[in-house]
Amino acid sequence: MEKFTTLTSTIVPIPTRNIDTDQIIPARFLKATTRKGFGDNLFRDWRYDENNIPKPDFILNRPEIQGEILVAGKNFGCGSSREHAAWAIHDYGFRVVVSSFFADIFKNNALNNGLLPVQVTDAFLQKIFETHEKTPSMELLVDLPNQLIGIQGTSMQEKFDINAYKKHCLINGFDDIDFLLSQQDKIEAYEKNYINN
Amino acid sequence: MPGKTLFDKIWENHIVTSIENGPDVLYIDRHFIHEVTSPQAFAGLEQRGISVFRPAQTIATADHNVPTKDQHLPIREALSRFQVEKLTENCANYGINLYGLGHPFQGIVHVIGPELGITQPGMTIVCGDSHTSTHGAFGSIAFGIGTSEVEQVLATQCLLQNKPKKMKIEINGPLQKGVVAKDIILYIISKISASGGTGYFVEYAGSTIRSLSMEARMTICNMSIEMGARGGMIAPDETTFQYIKGRKFAPQGKDFEQAVAYWKTLPSDPDAEYDEALYFDASDIEPMITYGTNPGMGIKITGTVPEVSAIEQEERSSFQKSLEYMAIEPGARLLGKSVNYVFIGSCTNARIEDLRMVAQLVKGKKKAAHVNALIIPGSKQVEKQAKEEGIDQILAAAGFELRGPGCSACLGMNEDKVPKGEYCVSTSNRNFEGRQGPGARTFLVSPLTAAATAINGYISDVREMLEETVLV
Ligand code: SF4
Repeated sequence: MEKFTTLTSTIVPIPTRNIDTDQIIPARFLKATTRKGFGDNLFRDWRYDENNIPKPDFILNRPEIQGEILVAGKNFGCGSSREHAAWAIHDYGFRVVVSSFFADIFKNNALNNGLLPVQVTDAFLQKIFETHEKTPSMELLVDLPNQLIGIQGTSMQEKFDINAYKKHCLINGFDDIDFLLSQQDKIEAYEKNYINN
Repeated sequence: MPGKTLFDKIWENHIVTSIENGPDVLYIDRHFIHEVTSPQAFAGLEQRGISVFRPAQTIATADHNVPTKDQHLPIREALSRFQVEKLTENCANYGINLYGLGHPFQGIVHVIGPELGITQPGMTIVCGDSHTSTHGAFGSIAFGIGTSEVEQVLATQCLLQNKPKKMKIEINGPLQKGVVAKDIILYIISKISASGGTGYFVEYAGSTIRSLSMEARMTICNMSIEMGARGGMIAPDETTFQYIKGRKFAPQGKDFEQAVAYWKTLPSDPDAEYDEALYFDASDIEPMITYGTNPGMGIKITGTVPEVSAIEQEERSSFQKSLEYMAIEPGARLLGKSVNYVFIGSCTNARIEDLRMVAQLVKGKKKAAHVNALIIPGSKQVEKQAKEEGIDQILAAAGFELRGPGCSACLGMNEDKVPKGEYCVSTSNRNFEGRQGPGARTFLVSPLTAAATAINGYISDVREMLEETVLV
């Protein structure tokens, strides 16, 4: 897994609430058997019309708006557990998603793919959207070791929570699977005493 | 020390080891896989040069991306065919039991686990699919996982998990006539919103829940994820044991008795504590329908869509966007609205009991001419039983199309899609934008409401039809 420590970047804001994983990547694009290439269909039906023509109003189609940080409305990533949603966001080029609330499975999926979900307060999220409205060139600083997120050029910043183990994994680029594989003895010992096998 | 909940007991039983200030290593008893979320996990194993640790504990089926017509023929669409073939190949290579297309046990993963007796109380069960919560109806900890986690389970039969918070949802009292499990869960979600359960594992309790069949309990646990919860569960009882008894992979004879003795120790202790407890009165529940683009946007079928003024300030733009997508006005009544599509299927409502319910209501009637009424059974076994009971004949006579099993128009991944701009009254679990096909507009309802709507050709209150029909 890719390592993550700090990032300063312009943002792509999508203030919609309850963005579900069917919007992030519709089911009909889940037929691939590798993890690559899902970025092309990120937000497919918001991005393209039925003739595959880009919808000019949608934010990903506005060339002046670029960035490695996606900032989205509350309850991001709800619905289907498809990890393809995290792959699509990462594949498109985002490294961080900011929202005031994440669905559980999406959060896990993101963390397992080196995509950092940063949960901020509703008020701070609002501040980001407002600042971006006025100054689209605004940048966010995300500092994982110190668990800080701030709007560059202002004093506005906030601490964010992250599970200590997950933080360690991201900073060092470790996968859960590496850890689990190292626990094989304990797993086998557990199996000897268990009844549901 | 307070007592333990059902959830606590099973969780603690499955901890292999705990990381300080971190997650637990949780042992997984049963792992279901399907063609869409597993190929990248197998590719990961291959890359690492490791094998499947406990292949006998993983069960595979093809459901999400299979056609529902001509299932005996090779899949026409190349990408779908490749994905299904990849599953077959992976299962063969790693020694995993596959109930693929054409197999008598094939079906939607959350329908086949219970009907084969694989799903049992006290177990931990996972699958790369969010509706894995269905299996919680048996008193197991069951939840959906991502593909990286599928790989972890394949490699180690374990997952790293943080213990979620616990919520109890208690519903008491008798249900009104015409109100079924789907209405209960749509009602709960409409009360607590599509994110009201995030971070929690839910236990459903109370006299209403206890009175439900296993199939109805599965419908309720199935949609736990639609309130954001990690999963839902119901304590095992006589209803549970009777359902499991004699099923193909259930413990038999003496083993069964021993298992029951253990299962009886699982229900939450009377003094168990929850982080949150909610109480509902069953008499307040009516047939429900959703009007928007998340499952929390539900109303009583006789009700009206909320006015903008009734919606919290910050929610308004999402609310309006949602109504725009649905082409519905605030304050509108849905009853009487004409619809061209009715879909009865999905892991929420495609078990034999659902089909029986529909058959009883439509027997001797005919669907409205303009309605396209599709019924997709949850599994091969459900299909077989429907034929044995003559349900297929009743449905055919009423003008419903009964096809082969799969996820079908629940997620619109195969060719079963609702066309752009069309309304579909659906027994599935998600009304997201484009879920049933690009531009499709979904109303979530119970199988009874769906059947009544198909007959009348417009959104209907099933209670008005019940005078003439006797329901079990
Ligand atoms: S029926 Fe629908 S919700 Fe259920 S597993 Fe299939 S796609 Fe998912």
